[in-house]
Amino acid sequence: MVRATTVDDVTVIATESLSKRFPRVTALDRLSLDIGPGVTGLVGSNGAGKSTLIKILLGLSPATEGRAAVLGLDVATEGAAIRERVGYMPEHDCLPPDVSATEFVVHMARMSGLPPTAARERTADTLRHVGLYEERYRPIGGYSTGMKQRVKLAQALVHDPKLVLLDEPTNGLDPVGRDEMLGLIRRVHTDFGISVLVTSHLLGELERTCDHVVVIDGGSLLRSSSTSDFTSVTTTLAVEVTDSDDHPDGTDALRKVLTEAGITFVGHDGLDAEGLPGAGHILLVEATGEETYDLVRDSVAGLGLGLIRMEQRRHRIAEVFRAGEAHRAAPAATAGVGQQKGSGHHEH
Amino acid sequence: MSTETGTVAGSDSSRIHNIGYRSYDGVRLGRSYARRSLYSQSLRGSFGLGRSAKSKVLPMLLCGVMCLVALILVAVAIATPNMTKLPIKYTDFAIYLQAVIGLFIASQAPQSVSRDLRFKSVPLYFSRPIERADYVVAKYAAMASALLILTGLPLVILYVGSLLAKFDFADQTKGFGQGMVSVALLSVLFAGLGLVVAALTPRRGFGVAAVIAVMTITYGAVSTVQAIAWQTSSADAITWLGLFSPITLIDGVQTAFLGAASAFPGGEGPGAAAGVVYLIVVLALVAGSYAVLMRRYRRVGL
Repeated sequence: MVRATTVDDVTVIATESLSKRFPRVTALDRLSLDIGPGVTGLVGSNGAGKSTLIKILLGLSPATEGRAAVLGLDVATEGAAIRERVGYMPEHDCLPPDVSATEFVVHMARMSGLPPTAARERTADTLRHVGLYEERYRPIGGYSTGMKQRVKLAQALVHDPKLVLLDEPTNGLDPVGRDEMLGLIRRVHTDFGISVLVTSHLLGELERTCDHVVVIDGGSLLRSSSTSDFTSVTTTLAVEVTDSDDHPDGTDALRKVLTEAGITFVGHDGLDAEGLPGAGHILLVEATGEETYDLVRDSVAGLGLGLIRMEQRRHRIAEVFRAGEAHRAAPAATAGVGQQKGSGHHEH
Repeated sequence: MSTETGTVAGSDSSRIHNIGYRSYDGVRLGRSYARRSLYSQSLRGSFGLGRSAKSKVLPMLLCGVMCLVALILVAVAIATPNMTKLPIKYTDFAIYLQAVIGLFIASQAPQSVSRDLRFKSVPLYFSRPIERADYVVAKYAAMASALLILTGLPLVILYVGSLLAKFDFADQTKGFGQGMVSVALLSVLFAGLGLVVAALTPRRGFGVAAVIAVMTITYGAVSTVQAIAWQTSSADAITWLGLFSPITLIDGVQTAFLGAASAFPGGEGPGAAAGVVYLIVVLALVAGSYAVLMRRYRRVGL
């Protein structure tokens, strides 16, 4: 198969009415996905069916019904061929503490079928790429959580797969480690040319990393869309102003002026109802360009109010999937991605 | 910063190391190669090779004891005038040194399988081309091979020694052959039982104790009851009681088929008919061990 990044319309993962039922629960319910090359986030709460999906994609667990293909290979019949071309990083700890990262990753490379010399070379390369240097000769038992996560990532990449499945790679990391891991995941695609499917139960952390986000809930598809659809179409400005004697409710006064000037507001009446401190006093303004900033500044000055803050606020994926979903669903249904499933899946 | 070595704007130290990502276009040797690699890694690991210096001590010591005893026997045979054969039979050797073999399997079976279970490394294997059966077969074969080296090497020393002492060639070769068949059977049986016990008790230290219990407590119990049966002169009971511990099973099989002298009280080993039962039980235990291991790994898949 051609390296996926050079061919835009290649499908990396495709599922069709994929279902997995256990005696007491339905883990996947008629899930149809079409995932292309790049970094794809798979989001869902715990128990949404993420791990079950990964098991099926690796050809380790038969689907109850429906079909799935990874890199064009059928999961039901070509599991071994898939596992040769795919890397997997589990969510849980999986590293023996008494061997060094080098020894462990070399062993795992050979388990993927790499000859001894190639296994050693690829191990040295891969550990360097994930950011492990001198410490790779020390036993893993003494590593920090961040270093262990890097070793786990290295063992998934060491055989140069076409696709890696990363199960909750940021679990247990502090904010800095989290950022580093997300950056590393981004590089797996941009620098190494390997497609990535990364799961998380946090929507927010995937929006910077992923090209595409798939949200599943209760085993069925909630939404599958390109990240850029949500985050770069428009910019939202958060504006907070003081009140004055002339304008006891400064926020309201500013809204009136801006409405007259033809400005559109975001959210409920333009008010940020996130429940954060002072949220009721923050106006969310849709910025169409530089002139919006000037207009806001001039309007505030004209009213004689104090401008407490004016900051850019990107749309967060989380907002898009919330109640207000309906009115901005239109740009989200892009070509080449799975369609939103029918109703009846919002189980909780 | 380390995670940004791939970008042009890396720090000074990262720029030196930055040679970019190289993809791998070489051969992928697939499932059978992976199975062989796992086999050789596990076999070497049983003797502490490729592991820390500390973990080499016990297996090497036990292997040394086995060989040393064989060397002493050879030295005695050569130094004593008018000897026409070795002081002991080839088939007796493993029975006499069963404690050493028991210690070896108790220390090495847990390190072979419990580690992967305890640290949850098993899913990493099964996300690769190898299948459950490959993993179990590789681990089983490696453990049996390690035991065969431990028990076969002293027999080779005895055989070479007997030839140097110019004992009867045909006689010695036959005895050596019978001994090797016996220890091969012992290796497969002990490896299976040891791995099953270790795989079912992944907790550290627990596995070692459990394997020792299975190997030695059953032997202690069986030989005690056998001794009582001997006192009450129930020869039949002695024969059938031997079915209940691993080492007496091997003793029974080699007494019936491999010309060994039974170590049972009064030498009351099984005859050919009872020997068949012994052999069937041994083979059933081996097959059962494999089946239990396969079951065990079905549940830890991913």
